[in-house]
Amino acid sequence: MKIHEYQSKRIFEKYGVPIPSGGVAVSAKEAYNIATDLGGKVIVKSQVLVGGRGKAGGVKLANTPEEAEKHASDILGMDIKGLTVRKVLIDEASNIANEIYLGITNDREKKMPVMMVSAEGGVEIEEVARVTPEKIIKVHINPLLGLQGYQMRDIAASIELPRKNWKEFGVIASGLWKAYNGSDATLAEINPLIITAEETLLAVDGKMLIDDSALFRQKDIAEMRDLDLETESEIVARENDLAYIQLDGEIGCMVNGAGLAMTTMDIVTLFGGTAANFLDIGGGANAEKVSAAFRIILSDPNVKVVLINIFGGITRGDEVAKGILEAIEEVKPEVPMVVRLVGTNAEEGRALLADADMITAETLAEAAQKAVAVATKTVATAKEA
Amino acid sequence: MSILVNKDTRLLVQGITGNEGNFHATQMAAYGTNIVAGVTPGKGGEWVLDGKVPVFDSVKLAAEATGANTSVIFVPARFAADAIFEAADAGLELIVCITEGVPVKDMMRVRAYIDQLDTRLLGPNCPGILTPGEAKVGIIPGNIAIPGNVGAVSRSGTLTYEVLYALKQKNMGASTCVGIGGDPVNGTNFIDVLEMFENDPATDKVVMLGEIGGTDEEQAAEFIATKMTKPVAAFIAGQTAPPGKRMGHAGAIIQSGSGKAEDKIKALEEAGVRVAKHPEELPDLLG
Repeated sequence: MKIHEYQSKRIFEKYGVPIPSGGVAVSAKEAYNIATDLGGKVIVKSQVLVGGRGKAGGVKLANTPEEAEKHASDILGMDIKGLTVRKVLIDEASNIANEIYLGITNDREKKMPVMMVSAEGGVEIEEVARVTPEKIIKVHINPLLGLQGYQMRDIAASIELPRKNWKEFGVIASGLWKAYNGSDATLAEINPLIITAEETLLAVDGKMLIDDSALFRQKDIAEMRDLDLETESEIVARENDLAYIQLDGEIGCMVNGAGLAMTTMDIVTLFGGTAANFLDIGGGANAEKVSAAFRIILSDPNVKVVLINIFGGITRGDEVAKGILEAIEEVKPEVPMVVRLVGTNAEEGRALLADADMITAETLAEAAQKAVAVATKTVATAKEA
Repeated sequence: MSILVNKDTRLLVQGITGNEGNFHATQMAAYGTNIVAGVTPGKGGEWVLDGKVPVFDSVKLAAEATGANTSVIFVPARFAADAIFEAADAGLELIVCITEGVPVKDMMRVRAYIDQLDTRLLGPNCPGILTPGEAKVGIIPGNIAIPGNVGAVSRSGTLTYEVLYALKQKNMGASTCVGIGGDPVNGTNFIDVLEMFENDPATDKVVMLGEIGGTDEEQAAEFIATKMTKPVAAFIAGQTAPPGKRMGHAGAIIQSGSGKAEDKIKALEEAGVRVAKHPEELPDLLG
């Protein structure tokens, strides 16, 4: 789960990382008031969960509260990469002497967190990693021990941080680790961590990603979820515990199991079609869940045909069939359906669906080919009409 | 012969009195797996599975009383790490964690700890292991596979069933089928299982089912090229998955250009692996 810059920075602050004074505004008037309280120059920063805000004109410097009001008015409501800006962060502007990158993420290969630091902060770290990987210093953190003092000193020395800032840096690095660990983050990054003209360190930008699987014990963070980011279908899917990702093709897919759901998308493409979505109904899905999945798929206007591919293990074919029938009753879909049921109680499922008007298939390849044929025909018919 | 589990496996089920645990314990017993004990804290002294299997309060007590050597875990995600630590500290040789949705932080702590012990962990978020005709530890439906000489290893559950089923249609059987799970941090990876298959006299060829995310398949390709003599056929799921999206499995995500299906397919093909365009082609590729 992504959280906003201001939310990330507030979490960092809780763990002792210094951040600029500031406040969040949802209107230009509020922005004016915050800027007045702060006094002096401020930065007006759009709070959207996407990178490249600066380039898109979503971050601006204001010399006066009036300017802050003007910028906030321009930025609020702005569209940045498809997301509407609903909040701006008004931060006290800092005098930047130097920019550092400091972040922690999970190293999948080493199976432990890794702290990454670069003396070249302020730019996309992925770009630095690609062009000049030697400029990123990596220190792995044993999750049973946590970040050690010597590791922080090693990092400070390796980026040639002035010695007078080492102690401060230790507080920040250790605070970032505690924020990361305490929040079940999969990414916590300060970019940039600046050395100010006054020779102190300050975290002026922050970003965190939180492990979805840990939200049960991160209740405060779970409440930060920005529903603007999700489509109606994605919200319904999450509430029904379905893994759903909308794509832009024509064949709606309903599958049990993530690997098989990806495979179904792949095979549809292999036979010349396009998938409208990824949808995994999970293991042991009941009729209710199947019905919700079906409604989500059918709410996508691009869907020309629905391909149902169920390999019953824990999931039972008859339960899936019942769900499909319930949904048909309720939604009365106009698009054709291709069904393939194999495994546990598949025969009972097929018997239940025998009276419904559906195209059946024995193998995965056959199901995909039939779905593609139907989708293509539907498009051709629509063009003729 | 087979790998990891066989007819001599003495299985303990953690979470045996829960819905999932009870259902699957029944299925495993029906398959012929030797279930010697169950563990549910607070329910020690009860008997389950028609009064045939004793329940204990802890893994240690269960292992001492029954000589269990393998554990399968069906507890909810928030208790999974504790269950793994408990099984590891009780000295079990193999721990199979079926539970989905274990926080990655918990799994990193688990790995940091159990890597120092002689315990092998499989999973989490995996379907378990099936040695057809001998033992089923986990949730793989027993009737979709027959005994044979193909070793199967996979990051996905139902995709594995699909392939076992396709093999069975062609009268091909499996020596052992291992689901390593779909999480980014797990106990056993492709290389571990490939090495076991290479050393297993009952396995003549191997089928490997990978998916997007991480670089395990690339490392497996390196291992196959340098250390394996047995033929391997593979399929990689997620060739049409968009980058940056988590495709159901916590570990199935293309990040910063890493973890793409095309890179994995290329690495495997360069290692001499025959990569299928779709899973139903795999039996033919194995020949």
